[in-house]
Amino acid sequence: METLLNVLVVGILLGGIYGLVSIGLNLIFGVIRIVNFAQGELVMLGMYGAFLAYSMLGLDPYVSTLIVMPAMFLFGVIVQRVAIQPLQAESSMQIFATFGLLTVLQNVVLVFTRGEGYSVATKVASFSIAIGEIRITGTHLIILIAVTAISVLLHLFLQRTLMGKSIRAVTQDRQAARLMGINVERTFMVTFDIGSALAGLAGALIAPIYTLSPGIGDNFILAAFAVVVLGGLGSVAGAWAGGMIVGIVEAFAGYYIDPELKQAIWFLIFLLVLVIRPTGLSGQVGAEEVGFREQS
Amino acid sequence: MSRLLEVLGMSAGYGLAPVLHDIGLYVDSGEVVAVIGANGVGKTTLLRTIAGIIQPSAGRIAFDGRPIGSTPAHDIVGQGLALVPEGGRLFPFMTVLENLELGAFNPSSREKTRTTLDEVMMLFPILAERKTQLAGSLSGGERQMCAIARALMSRPRLLMLDEPSAGLSPVMVERVFDMLRSVVASRNVTVLLVEQHVEDAPEIAQRAYVIERGRIVKTGSGAELMNDPDVQRAYMGL
Ligand SMILES: Nc1ncnc2c1ncn2[C@@H]1O[C@H](COP(=O)(O)OP(=O)(O)O)[C@@H](O)[C@H]1O
Ligand SMILES: [Mg+2]
Repeated sequence: METLLNVLVVGILLGGIYGLVSIGLNLIFGVIRIVNFAQGELVMLGMYGAFLAYSMLGLDPYVSTLIVMPAMFLFGVIVQRVAIQPLQAESSMQIFATFGLLTVLQNVVLVFTRGEGYSVATKVASFSIAIGEIRITGTHLIILIAVTAISVLLHLFLQRTLMGKSIRAVTQDRQAARLMGINVERTFMVTFDIGSALAGLAGALIAPIYTLSPGIGDNFILAAFAVVVLGGLGSVAGAWAGGMIVGIVEAFAGYYIDPELKQAIWFLIFLLVLVIRPTGLSGQVGAEEVGFREQS
Repeated sequence: MSRLLEVLGMSAGYGLAPVLHDIGLYVDSGEVVAVIGANGVGKTTLLRTIAGIIQPSAGRIAFDGRPIGSTPAHDIVGQGLALVPEGGRLFPFMTVLENLELGAFNPSSREKTRTTLDEVMMLFPILAERKTQLAGSLSGGERQMCAIARALMSRPRLLMLDEPSAGLSPVMVERVFDMLRSVVASRNVTVLLVEQHVEDAPEIAQRAYVIERGRIVKTGSGAELMNDPDVQRAYMGL
């Protein structure tokens, strides 16, 4: 019983990480309908951002989010302008562009770091809490709280504010959105930028628990794809739940079968969802087609 | 009467395929004008081009004397020109109320959202009843009403409708056109609508154009066209 609970907690904490790194990917996919292969690299940049703020300014990674998030928002603006927007008419080329971006970012960071692995320390989250035998570190707890809070805020933003509604309108029918006076191109831009800022935030928050490396984004992107597909392609609550499920399944399979299985498990979840319920857990039936309604 | 919409020598299409050729038409304020044409002749393309979704490849479109041929769609609605697209194109996973709110998204109508909403709900009591329902769950007739109401939320001077009767039962068609009549009377809007059959663009249209393979081939008063043997043969579905 104790073990079971322990594995469950490990899974939930892992799920928090997966949920966190998936939020931006999910938003960008849900609205713009492009698969951003470079999303893991945006998280990676967020991690290095936290490292720079730590090593140069002595900032705790949680404090550095105040710099990293706006910086990654700006980075998103540049990427969107240079690589995504010009290819708006050919969405399959956009996917290649994000793939190119992935390679470029990994290699640029590799050149600067010369392959040396850095780590970021935190004083803020140096505590840990114990429930019986189960110990939860501060870093993981903060991630769990953050992913939940960000999901709730993002959900409220999309549901309650006029700007959020305009973003949902673009998701559901671009042409009708234009007729409402919504600037679809600007909505894409803002969404991409927010997605990038959220990736940066995720990177800064998980920086203390990983050794930084240029290729670290690969660890997240596959899991994030499983989360997004499972969660329902754009649904905020779905992605939160999807993160939890992927984390919990991975923890149990890792404990009872083999930890090396995790990538196989992501793919299995991915395939099962596509076969059984292509709209994801909470996705509305037909939602995935709605976003593709022509916009000419 | 002032000229509200004027289209001169306009051509448009998708990519390299031209669909509309040398279109000329006008709508004076206060009028209800119909464009009649069979499936696939370019009626939807015509309204999309006027609404700014498609850029014309030649010619001139003026709204209230101002050229709008190269103005993007999202800026045109703010000038007072609204399109009810074919099939309504409501946002299916949003409530009726959210759809209506978005109708007033453009800055020039946004501050008046509440007032306009009250006025529109008076015109369409059924929508007040359905306001928390998802738009995707509305019946065909309700959906068309909601689409018209959403367009009215932008407080347009010219309301364009793309086959408002398509897919509706005769009873529903009658109700939608009754609605339209009261909208025209009470909200002081001018109307340009397209339909496949003359009998669907009913008495409310004072003038009509007939479009064939992307060109306007006939024009006249509603009654003239109704009694034109060619038109009867081609467009009365007889
Ligand atoms: N998005 C599009 N891309 C390319 N061709 C189109 C598109 N929409 C319509 N067409 C073509 O343009 C012509 C006119 O279509 P449309 O304006 O929809 O006619 P109507 O509304 O009168 O039925 C048709 O031949 C149609 O195949
Ligand atoms: Mg049509």
